[in-house]
Amino acid sequence: MIEIENLQKSFGSLQVLKNISFSVSKNEVVAVIGPSGSGKSTMLRSLIYLEQVDGGTIKIDGDYLVKEGTYSNNQTIKRVTSKMGMVFQHFNLFPHLTVKQNLELAPRVTKKIPKDEISKHTERLLEKVGLLDKMDVYPGNLSGGQKQRVAIARALMLQPDILLFDEPTSALDPELTGEVLKVIQELAEESMTMIVVTHEMEFAKRVADRIIFMDEGKIVETGDPISVLENPQKERTKRFLSGIEK
Amino acid sequence: MSFDYILTVLKPMLEGAQITILLFLLVIVTSIPLGFLVTLLVRSRLKIISYLAQTYIYLMRGTPLLLQLLFFVFGLPLIPFVGEYLILDRFVAAALAFILNYAAYFAEIFRGGLISIDKGQYEAAQVLGLNKFQTTVRVILPQMIRTVLPPVANESITLVKDTALLYAVAVPELLHFAQTAVNRDFTIMPFFFAAIIYLLMTLVLTLLFKYLEKKFSYE
Repeated sequence: MIEIENLQKSFGSLQVLKNISFSVSKNEVVAVIGPSGSGKSTMLRSLIYLEQVDGGTIKIDGDYLVKEGTYSNNQTIKRVTSKMGMVFQHFNLFPHLTVKQNLELAPRVTKKIPKDEISKHTERLLEKVGLLDKMDVYPGNLSGGQKQRVAIARALMLQPDILLFDEPTSALDPELTGEVLKVIQELAEESMTMIVVTHEMEFAKRVADRIIFMDEGKIVETGDPISVLENPQKERTKRFLSGIEK
Repeated sequence: MSFDYILTVLKPMLEGAQITILLFLLVIVTSIPLGFLVTLLVRSRLKIISYLAQTYIYLMRGTPLLLQLLFFVFGLPLIPFVGEYLILDRFVAAALAFILNYAAYFAEIFRGGLISIDKGQYEAAQVLGLNKFQTTVRVILPQMIRTVLPPVANESITLVKDTALLYAVAVPELLHFAQTAVNRDFTIMPFFFAAIIYLLMTLVLTLLFKYLEKKFSYE
């Protein structure tokens, strides 16, 4: 479903992605872990064209977003990125719109869903994330965990095939992470294809089919959660994991 | 002081107030969109356009409004060769100076409003498939308006009072008629009447902007 080859990206003289290659199959949940500055967010953001890479290939569901460093035309980019939804660390809800309006803005202006079905979708998704009663509330009156659940529902409105999560719980108080992780876990159980950049090791172990450990712009180690997290082969992975536990 | 006297003084002053209000409305409805356009030019990726817009703002904010008024009303016709085509009605020339001056201030206010919007808002709009125009109209502008309302209110109230500068270019407005009455009748009462009329106008504006701020608050 997602094929990535030799991704390269620099900010000025700092090389943040050094020949990243991996693929994700349909219905797979991949957790990307690693220290801050390892390039994991940049990698994720380049999949949905929030960052432009300098070289490499990104192929989503048969279509190229970028092929050996050359980007496709705008129409193709639009088609490719519309297959993905993204959830941000800082939610990025629209503060001037109610929860319902946040969900419905994109389907209304992009006309991806028939008008009479939009509010049905809204209700179904808000029920799914447990916030049906907050429909007419502005984001400013929600807790962090509630905001992130709204953001997930908003990303699901356009019925993406793939969901990308960029540290979805890093901006939350510890006692609020559970409610967000629960929603992501439910999506995993419904076989949504997901890439989750996260610092939540327990969650990664429980939900991910595969772990990718990145450091300094490279993939250091990858494999199933048990082997990477409990029996890491590489020295760097061991050091990172023991650092987190302390 | 008789009631009749008050009426005879007030009548021309209220007529002058009409000019004041006319100028105010004309300047507000043109300089706000013009100011937004200048903001967009300042943010243009073409360096030359951005510099031109910045120079325009610098000139307009860096020189006295009174000087600009004098230039537009009395200076334009003196320009060699083209001057004879630039003899405008005094009110029109003055209004032009006001519009260009206020557009520069509004441009800076709007620029501040745009800067204050988090980059995450653009990113969220992009991943949801909104194009640039949809993002600006549906996501950015509504948030910008809320941020800029207090400074725009400030600027509007300043404009009401700045209209009195028409006095300097001999366009009869509220203050002009007050001054005439003061000189003729040897009483300062007309100044107080003028102050009350200005206060009423700014009161209406204050209430209007209070209402708008409430309307654009989201909680």
